[in-house]
Amino acid sequence: MAKLEGKVALVTGAARGIGFAIADKLAQEGASVVLFDLCAEEDGVAAAAKIAEERGVTASFKRCDVSNYEAVQTSVKAVIKEMGGVDILVNNAGICRDKVLLAMSEQDWDLVLNINLKSMFNTIKACYRNFMKKKAGKIINISSVSGLMGNAAQANYTAAKGGVIALTKTVARELATRGVNCNAVAPGAIETPMTASMDQEALKALLATVPMGHMGKAEDIANCVAFLASDDAKYITGEVIRVDGGIAM
Amino acid sequence: MDIFAKVAAVLADHTGRDASELTPETTFESLGIDSLETVEMVMELEEELDAELELDQKVTTIGELVSFIESKLG
Repeated sequence: MAKLEGKVALVTGAARGIGFAIADKLAQEGASVVLFDLCAEEDGVAAAAKIAEERGVTASFKRCDVSNYEAVQTSVKAVIKEMGGVDILVNNAGICRDKVLLAMSEQDWDLVLNINLKSMFNTIKACYRNFMKKKAGKIINISSVSGLMGNAAQANYTAAKGGVIALTKTVARELATRGVNCNAVAPGAIETPMTASMDQEALKALLATVPMGHMGKAEDIANCVAFLASDDAKYITGEVIRVDGGIAM
Repeated sequence: MDIFAKVAAVLADHTGRDASELTPETTFESLGIDSLETVEMVMELEEELDAELELDQKVTTIGELVSFIESKLG
């Protein structure tokens, strides 16, 4: 039997890149998936339809700005009503606006912090009561090795991703006795549309530090998330798993 | 509807105390109940009262919780 059969997974930033790979992998393991993204409606619908068709599960798309508190509360409430609850929450939505701190505007800072960190407060809060009622749940937050190590020209991104790790540990502690696991995955250099748009110099410098000598794939992250979402990881909480070819060891 | 009586009954059930010992001034801390347990209790009351309460503020005494529930029930 598929490991996640009967489960409902909500994945943010799921229309493309790592988020899509995660939603697709969870669906492959039997979960019904709900994709949140701020992309064009037709792109999100197409992404969900692709997963539904290829994996034979229920997959739907909701256009949602995860940095908007009210929008997230409303959208998640609707999902909980439609799907009968959420079992797995994967907080993946993220952007980067890389500049050295001196050149970084207040808007660059706020935007990245809101989308990469505040969004997780929004979604976790929206799902909190649902998890408490179920006395079960898996929360998986996508951080980054740069949140562990720092990275020049990424003050906003690294601060957000470091914050994700602290948030993960706090939520893990709050809900540990309620049957809810909360963990983070810290990707290294992964081939995605987002890394393709990254400052090439920063990307090159990052790649030079990968002991395995090559970039990872979105599927590498998805496999780790699927493990954390399954009962194989039931005694793991508050952990950060690096999927980085050895960058931050 | 006597909300205090309902809350006291649920609390008595959770803590093994006699409901008559509880007053609006009784703190959850003195009963050994943490904030998450308070949320769980409110969820139980939601089912009993058939209402959505969504506790979104910190309440420290039974009286504060009763006032919160009454405000939600209108």
